[in-house]
Amino acid sequence: MDNRQKEINNLKDYKYGFSTDIENIQAPKGLNEDVIKFISNIKKEPQWMLEFRLKAFERFKILKEPDWQKPKFPKIDYQDLYYYSAPKSMKDKPKSLNELDPKLLETYKKLGIPLQEQARLNGIAVDAVFDSVSVATTFKDELTKQGIIFCPISEAIQNHPQLVKKYLGSVIPTSDHFFATLNSAVFTDGSFVYIPEGVRCPMELSTYFRINASNTGQFERTLIIADKGSYVSYLEGCTAPMRDENQLHAANVELIALDDAEIKYSTVQNWYPGDKDGKGGIYNFVTKRGLCKGKNSKISWTQVETGSAITWKYPSCILKGDNSVGEFYSIAITNNHQKADTGTKMIHLGKNTKSKIISKGISAGSSDMTYRGLVDISSKAKNSTNYTQCDSLLMGNKCGAHTVPYIKNKNSESNIAHEATTSKISEEQLHYCQQRGLNPEEAVGLIVNGFCKEVLQQLPMEFAVEAQKLVGISLEGSVG
Amino acid sequence: MKEQLQKDFNNSIKNLSLSQKDIEIKKFCLDNFIDKGFPNRKEEDWKFSDLSQIIKNNIGELSFYNDQASTNKVDTSVFVDGLEHNKIVFINGRIEKIDFDYEKKDQIEIIDQSETINEFRNSNSLSDLNNAFTNKCFKILVKKGYQLIKPLIIYHTTNSKIWSKNINLRLNFELDKDSSLRLIDLFNDTSEKNFLNIFYNFELKENAVLKNYKVDKFENKNIKYSFNNIDQDKNSISETFILSSGSNFSKNEINCNLNGIYASAFVNGIFSLNSDKHHEIRSIINHLNENTKSYQLIKSVLDESSKAVYQGKIFVNSDAQKTDGYQLSKAILLNKESEFNAKPELEIYADDVKCSHGSASGSLNEDSIFYLMSRGLSYQQSRELLINGFLLDVVEKITDSEIKNLIKNMIGIKE
Repeated sequence: MDNRQKEINNLKDYKYGFSTDIENIQAPKGLNEDVIKFISNIKKEPQWMLEFRLKAFERFKILKEPDWQKPKFPKIDYQDLYYYSAPKSMKDKPKSLNELDPKLLETYKKLGIPLQEQARLNGIAVDAVFDSVSVATTFKDELTKQGIIFCPISEAIQNHPQLVKKYLGSVIPTSDHFFATLNSAVFTDGSFVYIPEGVRCPMELSTYFRINASNTGQFERTLIIADKGSYVSYLEGCTAPMRDENQLHAANVELIALDDAEIKYSTVQNWYPGDKDGKGGIYNFVTKRGLCKGKNSKISWTQVETGSAITWKYPSCILKGDNSVGEFYSIAITNNHQKADTGTKMIHLGKNTKSKIISKGISAGSSDMTYRGLVDISSKAKNSTNYTQCDSLLMGNKCGAHTVPYIKNKNSESNIAHEATTSKISEEQLHYCQQRGLNPEEAVGLIVNGFCKEVLQQLPMEFAVEAQKLVGISLEGSVG
Repeated sequence: MKEQLQKDFNNSIKNLSLSQKDIEIKKFCLDNFIDKGFPNRKEEDWKFSDLSQIIKNNIGELSFYNDQASTNKVDTSVFVDGLEHNKIVFINGRIEKIDFDYEKKDQIEIIDQSETINEFRNSNSLSDLNNAFTNKCFKILVKKGYQLIKPLIIYHTTNSKIWSKNINLRLNFELDKDSSLRLIDLFNDTSEKNFLNIFYNFELKENAVLKNYKVDKFENKNIKYSFNNIDQDKNSISETFILSSGSNFSKNEINCNLNGIYASAFVNGIFSLNSDKHHEIRSIINHLNENTKSYQLIKSVLDESSKAVYQGKIFVNSDAQKTDGYQLSKAILLNKESEFNAKPELEIYADDVKCSHGSASGSLNEDSIFYLMSRGLSYQQSRELLINGFLLDVVEKITDSEIKNLIKNMIGIKE
């Protein structure tokens, strides 16, 4: 057996499906003011933060779960969830990695994320979030030298309250939609990044999310602020153990780019997708929104969505500053009984704003995939342009691929172009590859990788390699 | 509105000799409509055009009862010159004339279905309104193998006698095997502030060909909703052309079911709008069998503070392998107040298909204007030439040359 085959066999099953047996502290089950106070208390939060949460909770009580999405799911009992779960050893936060619970270190090692800094050669700073808390952040010293703040958001609330207070909720307010509001009320941890004026972040920043405890929702909150003229590239990865029940993941991510700043946000989402019959898996209902607040700012989203039973998210850009740029590159792959309803929103408010959307969807097995997007050019956004391309690939006749773009143009000096195609891998292409000695699975892998190339190119190197493999693995067994 | 509806409903069924059961059905539809009211923006299909608000702002209170006892004089001046044709004339919602002079009488059957209820359903409350209030309903049957020699023009005329009225129309067409029909709907309104609610049902048997041209060109202040349902059997062809221009508000909906193999549907449309008009085309093409084909082309030229909406959906069932679906919408915005919204949608459950859509909107290309001006044309001439060419593209899609010329003349497009 050659190496590649071995690799495929290793990865054939969801390799991150193990769970770590670790002692947990959990908030009482259910959702009420006491639980929110419990979370706020255990995180030693200031009063204003608790008020922020309670305000969100007040609003959450009157909101109804939305039902317009394509993938339907059984009603979630929000009282039957744990809203806080943390490894016991994290109660008094370890000062350094050496004090970290070895079991945790091992878990991350298994996931391919060695937290010991000496093990890092390629220089990616990692913030690891385990259930509800951030367990470790690496490369802190080096970043601090440049004035970059990269820490768990719970730490930022205590150490940099002025920044958090100013920007938290400025892009996703507490009065937003159902899941975003739920997150505002109960979010537990996540990453906080601040890049000072004129600084180009010297390394990729990365967060790794893992849901371990069962019956737990993960509600993380990420806030990234790029001050004037700065640049940051941020990566996000996620996995979860295999469990029979569905788990909820409702995160909020807020990006703010000031004048001339650029934020690049990449996600490789590989939550547990459920088994072959569609049992279990993560509900990935995430709100991601970026605000190009300043002139000439740029926000770019890149996502590779291969996991989750249901993915339901629309990373968006609000192009408020003049000359600002928003980009969205996405690959979404669904297999077996997975469902995805994803896309983006580009809201053009400033003059000369530009946006670009490249979306590639691949559905196989009995899965269902929807691209849903909005391009809205307001009457003041003179001379703006948008280009959208969404292509779907279907494998087999039990799956579905849908495209639902909303296009609104209120400005006569702006141009919008939208294209979409749906097709399957042609027999000719397959035949050609097989003729050159590839087996059918390899041939499909090659063609699909070519189909996705435009998006894969946007990923940072290390991620691109992982993502490319992931694309191959996700489609295992879908040919023939 | 509720009392008005009930009162008008009682008045209108008084004049009909319906069985108790039929009245029950009509009553049920009325109750449905009272319950739901006019569609509003909360409904996904009406997101871009809130009919409930539009009626409120433009008409205010509507009344629903039309006294159909007295006849209206047919004004022959509205008839199309230079094209021999068969006629159906509606005046203020009443059928005044049905005339198939050019055809073999035994090949066309006109069936009065007024006394039988055939419920018509679509996804919104306007079908309920139509079911409850339509009181004359005809079915036109074209018999096996017969191809109409001349086109049929349906004149929709309203005059100033009516005000703040809702008019409900219904026509059914059946095209038997190997038959064909060319149908032009011509709107000619001298009335204001009325709401027209028109439902057509077409049934196309094997190899039948339907060409339907809807021309709403003359300026008027009415609000129109028109729904075409087309069921297509094996190898049949439907061609729909919509010129959407004259009314204050208009929404054309085409629902096309390609039930038989090799059936094909073509939808082409032009929006040419000015002032504060608001028009919409919504098409749903359901590919339900193998080797079916659909093609859609919609172009808009929007001036002043007008607004055009195109919602097009291609649905492909899992049985409909080898489907070919195409959809393109383009818009030119001439004024900074004008607005174009599109929702081109694909819903696909079969893998061996070729489906694509494209949508583009923007301003007139300054480079092209510069090119023409450098060849000696004035700015205004260059602009007209470009718009002319832009729209001509759609008119050229009309497969019937006689009617193509007629429509070109009507809208003043030059070759």
